[in-house]
Amino acid sequence: MRLKRKIKKTLLFALKKSIPIAFGYIFLGIAFGVLLQEAGYGVLWAFGGSLFIYAGSMQFVMIPLLIAGAPLVTVAVMTFLINSRHIFYGLGFIDTFRRMGFKYPYMVLSLTDETYAVLSTCKYPADVDKDRAMFFIALFNHCWWITGSVLGVMVGTMIPFDLTGIDFCMTALFVVLFINQMKQSASRIPAFIGFCSSIFFLLLLGPANFILPSLSFTVLILAILKERLEKMEAGVA
Amino acid sequence: MAIGVWDAIAIFAVIAVVTWITRALPFALFGNKKAVPKLISYLGKVLPGAIMATLVIYCLRLIDLTEFPFGLAELLSVIVVAAIHIWKRNIFWSISSGTLCYMILIRTVFAL
Repeated sequence: MRLKRKIKKTLLFALKKSIPIAFGYIFLGIAFGVLLQEAGYGVLWAFGGSLFIYAGSMQFVMIPLLIAGAPLVTVAVMTFLINSRHIFYGLGFIDTFRRMGFKYPYMVLSLTDETYAVLSTCKYPADVDKDRAMFFIALFNHCWWITGSVLGVMVGTMIPFDLTGIDFCMTALFVVLFINQMKQSASRIPAFIGFCSSIFFLLLLGPANFILPSLSFTVLILAILKERLEKMEAGVA
Repeated sequence: MAIGVWDAIAIFAVIAVVTWITRALPFALFGNKKAVPKLISYLGKVLPGAIMATLVIYCLRLIDLTEFPFGLAELLSVIVVAAIHIWKRNIFWSISSGTLCYMILIRTVFAL
């Protein structure tokens, strides 16, 4: 019985952590569904796309590629360039995810920007099963995204009010999680480096190409500063 | 649908597989080692702060500072989110008030 109560607590905890994502994913999903439907694709396509691809910005880019029937090589290269930032997300979760058994592949493949942001700032209370909580946060987020895109195809064009600007909730989410991250971490230097590097490369290379060079440069600088930053962290703790 | 069903399925499949590769890469490289290299576990610890800062800039990447409204709606709304979050510490309040602020600003003060 105690086990059952722990699972219930864990589920509620995961749900609470995924609610801020629900807001964004459902509305962005609807926006994606509407565009997909306008391109001539129905519910099954929205469901399949959001289930298997599950990458927000790439799914928006996919629509013109579908309409134009872009060559598969182009599709592959664009997907890689847009999603290359994901390469860096797994680095902090290798030990955590690989002990999760059958959930391991799902955790790896469902690591979106938002799930990464929530999981890497989340603090787990003692009465919550941490591995299960992480799994359910990832799963709930995925469900919101699928729900949104399917809704978008089915009823998106019937929404009576103008939702322009609702996508700002994702920016707001990252601002909030950035502040939480600042509060928890021993040093603000990594955030400062990430901030300067992304602004520098954005101004240098423009919005379409800056993220991979920026993150690579950030990783390089952080690697160079390893000893100094580890000393600071030890000093605080 | 402008293209055939199988062509569309091929596009969906390529996007899915390439996305999976980007997510699985760090695990493929280091997931089978007995102990994760020290440099990698160090990076895993310091990267979230840097990545969160990068994601905020990523979300704001399309604002144009040279033309009206100079990204002011976004910048003001980010300040609202940050201020309310530091004050109230409630993620729901921070996100909804910031988003509402943004949606109002682009319809009124900064309407094109």
